[in-house]
Amino acid sequence: MTYIYSFLFVGFICLIAQILFDNFNLTNGHITSIFVVVGAILGFFNLYDKFAYYVGSGASVPIMSFGNLLYKAAYYGYHTNGFLGIFSNMLTTTSAGITAAIIFSFICIIFSKPKN
Amino acid sequence: MKDNKYQQLVKKHTPKEDKLKHALIAFLVGGSLGLIANILVTIFNSFGISSKDSAIIVLLIYIFLACLFTSLGFFDNLVAICLCGLIIPITGFAHSICSSMLDYKKDGLVTGIGSNSFKLAGSVILYGILSAFILVIIKVILYG
Repeated sequence: MTYIYSFLFVGFICLIAQILFDNFNLTNGHITSIFVVVGAILGFFNLYDKFAYYVGSGASVPIMSFGNLLYKAAYYGYHTNGFLGIFSNMLTTTSAGITAAIIFSFICIIFSKPKN
Repeated sequence: MKDNKYQQLVKKHTPKEDKLKHALIAFLVGGSLGLIANILVTIFNSFGISSKDSAIIVLLIYIFLACLFTSLGFFDNLVAICLCGLIIPITGFAHSICSSMLDYKKDGLVTGIGSNSFKLAGSVILYGILSAFILVIIKVILYG
């Protein structure tokens, strides 16, 4: 059942994004920024975890999980280390995505030829 | 030919942007990415890897494939077909870093790749961190 839910959940997010993209004359950067902020707001109301309970690991695929993870890590940091913890803990859970994106793209770029 | 008639001809022959078709393609592509992620996590689970680790491995696979296809030069064509189905998943984030690196590779390692790598992806990180910080402050003030 989680398979069907994950298909519907990620597909529905992409559907909303596409409708916004077509009707409001936005660029890719606008869309991804909007969805990260929406993900953080969903994390604020504790909704994203409820979705993730049904959706399973498919919930970590859309960029919304990025905002959700940032919010959750910062809040966890506040509880463990006070106000300083927000700063020191913010990027802990999302570091896998950022680091992988940097490392893999650098490796791929080094061995590729630039476009004309 | 009169201007009026010409305009009508142009209007007739310009391809219509089919919004319903775009939305449907984005739904199917994004949904199948989520579905594949779930299936891969189940497969990794059967090898004894915890679900948290296998979710990270799936993200790494997606990011690696996006970077590879971008540097090979045909990810842009895929995005033109699949639209938001590939932009909203984590592949879009990797693609934005990789494509800006690729565009500025000719300017050298530091001034080209180094200073331009977050040209597009920077907005995601900036607004993500900013909104998370503000929301945590709000939560702390309201609920303690």
